[in-house]
Amino acid sequence: MVVIIVTTPPEEWWAFAIYACFLGAVAVASRLPFTFILKRMLIVVPFVIVVAIFLPFTAGGEAIYHLGPLAVSKEGLLSLWNVTAKSMLAVSSMVLLSSTTPFPHLMHAFERLHVPSFFTQIASFMYRYLFLIVDEAQRMKRAIEARNYRGRWLWQSKAIGNVIASLFLRSQERSERVYQAMCARGFEGSFPGGKESSMRLRDCAFTALTLGCALAGRLVTIWK
Amino acid sequence: MEVTPMDSKIAIRVSNLNFTYPDGTPALRGVFLTVRKGESLGIMGPNGAGKSTLALHLNGILQGEGEVEIMGLPINKKNLKEIRRKVGFVFQDPDDQLFCPTVREDVAFGPLNMGLAPDVVEWAVGRSLAWVGMEGSEDRSPHHMSFGEKKRVALATVLSMEPEILVLDEPVANLDPQGRREFINLVKSLDVTKVIVSHDISLNEEVCNRIAVMDKGKIVAEGPTSKILEEKAFLLEHGLA
Repeated sequence: MVVIIVTTPPEEWWAFAIYACFLGAVAVASRLPFTFILKRMLIVVPFVIVVAIFLPFTAGGEAIYHLGPLAVSKEGLLSLWNVTAKSMLAVSSMVLLSSTTPFPHLMHAFERLHVPSFFTQIASFMYRYLFLIVDEAQRMKRAIEARNYRGRWLWQSKAIGNVIASLFLRSQERSERVYQAMCARGFEGSFPGGKESSMRLRDCAFTALTLGCALAGRLVTIWK
Repeated sequence: MEVTPMDSKIAIRVSNLNFTYPDGTPALRGVFLTVRKGESLGIMGPNGAGKSTLALHLNGILQGEGEVEIMGLPINKKNLKEIRRKVGFVFQDPDDQLFCPTVREDVAFGPLNMGLAPDVVEWAVGRSLAWVGMEGSEDRSPHHMSFGEKKRVALATVLSMEPEILVLDEPVANLDPQGRREFINLVKSLDVTKVIVSHDISLNEEVCNRIAVMDKGKIVAEGPTSKILEEKAFLLEHGLA
């Protein structure tokens, strides 16, 4: 869906309308609070603004509007619309996916799609241990602050280097202990297959609907 | 200790075990130890005495020079799988032991590695979690659990393999008094051979019937719990009192 959205030409208003309707319907069906989705979508807004704010003025082309000394071009406005609409639609579909699907299910789904288990395992471990590493970093930060460290001057950067180095060491030691714990329970190099969740009729229907909407958006484009 | 190697009542037999870490630090210097079936042995000793290193030899995670026999099986490549099923190892930090995104996957990890059928595994997961009083938490993520809960789930991850010997490395370190009490009662209720590595005297007093004291890579004393703990001067000498 994200790929389809991003590759749609910017002038295809109808295609964007179809995508938006579809995502809106999914959002309603997911029973997520509306404000929750909106808040998550806002994360990308700063990036969009930084990119978009210059686009109408710098994209060149024929000036259709004058804002003081600045000329606003049609091409610029179009690419502003392009960036905003696409990023919003793409982000909202990612928000919907990640907040309706627990991370482990996502990983299993990737495995079923034949993503090499190497990648899914790395992602799983990252998801499990990232928070621990962040906690550890925060504890160390507190510990150096407790000794009156402010990190304001260049010569104090050595302490940051030490923190990073010891984070690396601690993570490496932990990975060794985790590996030992895995071996202790009979790990022999590959992950045992868990309970398979089978694809039900509803899942098929949803996949068909998603593909249908994406296809409809594309058809509108070609049709013209 | 006079026992023949053929004695079927022996759970663990360690003889003349030596181990040096890759960086050259000697950790074990000639350890002899025998644990009978059904016994609860406490291994006490100051930090750096080699307690955890010895424990890691009991299911072949570390393999030093010397002999280690579990339930009559010497530890070697051929027996390793069988021995790791028989010996359940609970690590000190439950975050090392719980590496899966959900509790279910973690508790199922051992049984799946043993090659059990999925429905049998699911049943074993439910039963193990019930044993440790964590039933119904299959879909929770370990990251969002309290330390005491993580500790109990870590125990469940080895109970699901139905071990005959349980090795616990510092089982109550960092637990609050209530968590500590619950965990001790839980361990006491399990009817298996236990090896408990700890420098916590009251834990050993409560759970273990026999104690081995380690210092500088050797076992310096061994005997019934009450007798060892009576020797205050001896414990003081080895940094345990």
